[in-house]
Amino acid sequence: MNDVIHVEHLRKTYGRKVAVDDISFQVAEGEIFGLLGRNGAGKTTAVECLEGLRHPDSGRMRVLGLDPRTQAQELRQNIGAQLQESALPDRIKVWEALDLFSAFVSRGNDWRPMLEQWGLEEKRNSAFSSLSGGQRQRLLVALALVSNPRVVFLDEMTTGLDPAARRVAWELIRRIRDRGTTVVLVTHFMDEAEYLCDRVAVVDHGRIIALDSPQGLIASRAGKVRITFSTSAADLSWLESVPNVQRVVRRSTRVEVEGSGPVLALVATALVSHGILPSDLRAEQPSLEDVFLSLTGNAAGS
Amino acid sequence: MRSLIKLTWVELKLFTREPVTLVFTLALPLILLLVLAEVFGNTPDPEGKIYRGVGPMDYYTPAYVGLVISAVGIIGLPVHLAGYRERGVLRRLRASSVSAWTVLGSQVAVSFTIAIIGFVLLTAATMLGYDVHPPKEPGLFAIAFVISTLAFASLGVLLGAVLPTARAAQLVGLLLFFVMMFVAGAGPPPEVLSQTLRDVAKVMPLSHIVVLLQDPWLGFGWNNARFLIAAGFLAAGALLSVKFFRWE
Repeated sequence: MNDVIHVEHLRKTYGRKVAVDDISFQVAEGEIFGLLGRNGAGKTTAVECLEGLRHPDSGRMRVLGLDPRTQAQELRQNIGAQLQESALPDRIKVWEALDLFSAFVSRGNDWRPMLEQWGLEEKRNSAFSSLSGGQRQRLLVALALVSNPRVVFLDEMTTGLDPAARRVAWELIRRIRDRGTTVVLVTHFMDEAEYLCDRVAVVDHGRIIALDSPQGLIASRAGKVRITFSTSAADLSWLESVPNVQRVVRRSTRVEVEGSGPVLALVATALVSHGILPSDLRAEQPSLEDVFLSLTGNAAGS
Repeated sequence: MRSLIKLTWVELKLFTREPVTLVFTLALPLILLLVLAEVFGNTPDPEGKIYRGVGPMDYYTPAYVGLVISAVGIIGLPVHLAGYRERGVLRRLRASSVSAWTVLGSQVAVSFTIAIIGFVLLTAATMLGYDVHPPKEPGLFAIAFVISTLAFASLGVLLGAVLPTARAAQLVGLLLFFVMMFVAGAGPPPEVLSQTLRDVAKVMPLSHIVVLLQDPWLGFGWNNARFLIAAGFLAAGALLSVKFFRWE
């Protein structure tokens, strides 16, 4: 696999404010790469440097082998960008915007199917100013993709979308990746990063404080699994000696087991062999959110 | 080139959906010209002291073509550009590999189209209704028309580049527009203005554009002095625009 994005020691300050302190990462072709962090962590600034919209103070960048600082125009022919804080003319119609933006690059997509894909078919003749927040957002994402880019940067893509529309957007992004497009996703939604990303960089105070697959991050940072079930069995002391179990708490019929690794399978087997077959056996995996909170909480020095 | 053509076409459509700009660039000049026509007719002053010795409508028709050109340049264009920058439209275009030349080129192309529509409207109305004669030297008039439109387009781009918001652009544009309209040739004949007002008119680009357009129209030949002034405005506007243009 080739690296389509290569960033080394990127740094960008605004006066005394450090937006990006020191960021390095690579993105492989066909990957969905997430930049996850709180507002103001430096994600957007970093991505805008890669898009050639901002000039970093120092560091080395290559996107599709091009330097965004000196070859921005050529680069923008091959990337798609959905930006925060951008808009279209008030009175432009949805279809006109798609038609216009597909004409900006020589290898633009046919925009007509995108109307339906992004749920804009019945709004095709509506003016941009009359669209709801979610519809605007979907149109702006569609505009980032209508140029048939090799790399697409999506900055807070699902902000303002309702839950159903978010799911649809996620599926569409997966499909785009399956066609070979590399996706860089800036987000502060954990579930989005967990669902979509092959790898996630957690950004905090302008630095990457962790970089792994979502599952890798979860496994390495929050290894605990919590299992709950109900039983009327009197003696459960044998549970403590099941491998991987760390703690058992009992409140009348309700039992909570904490452990790590394959503890769920081990506990389930032990229960069955003791003739206990609870119908409400559940395991709660730590989510990326837990990982994120533990990571950024520490890094914030609080 | 494809981007430029497509963007120009969309911009033209957007222009027709913008009632304020339409009123100031096309409707207002046409209505004012027709009012003037009803008041003054087209009979020259017997002593030849005002309206440069020609019929009032022969005088006003090319002057109002100039007014349309100036309205596009100082009201339409700056409001549009400043609004685009303010709201992130320029940012959006830039990220899609649209060059500054494409953005500005489409604005100039729109200016030309509106100016030509204005010219046709005004000329048709006064030729049909008030016996105004067509340009006596059409070739020279066409050159004057192109220079005038480019000069005002470049001033408009400059205003759009330096004014921070669409509101500021509208304020400045309207103020300039009305002052120019009254003192720079589209209001009372310059012969009746006080010396002070004539001095004010001299610094207004429209006063020079009006004479530049009138001379070939009325058969007075090519006015080189006014041409140089217009070219000066054009060059200054273009150079300063390049210096001050910002995407965001």
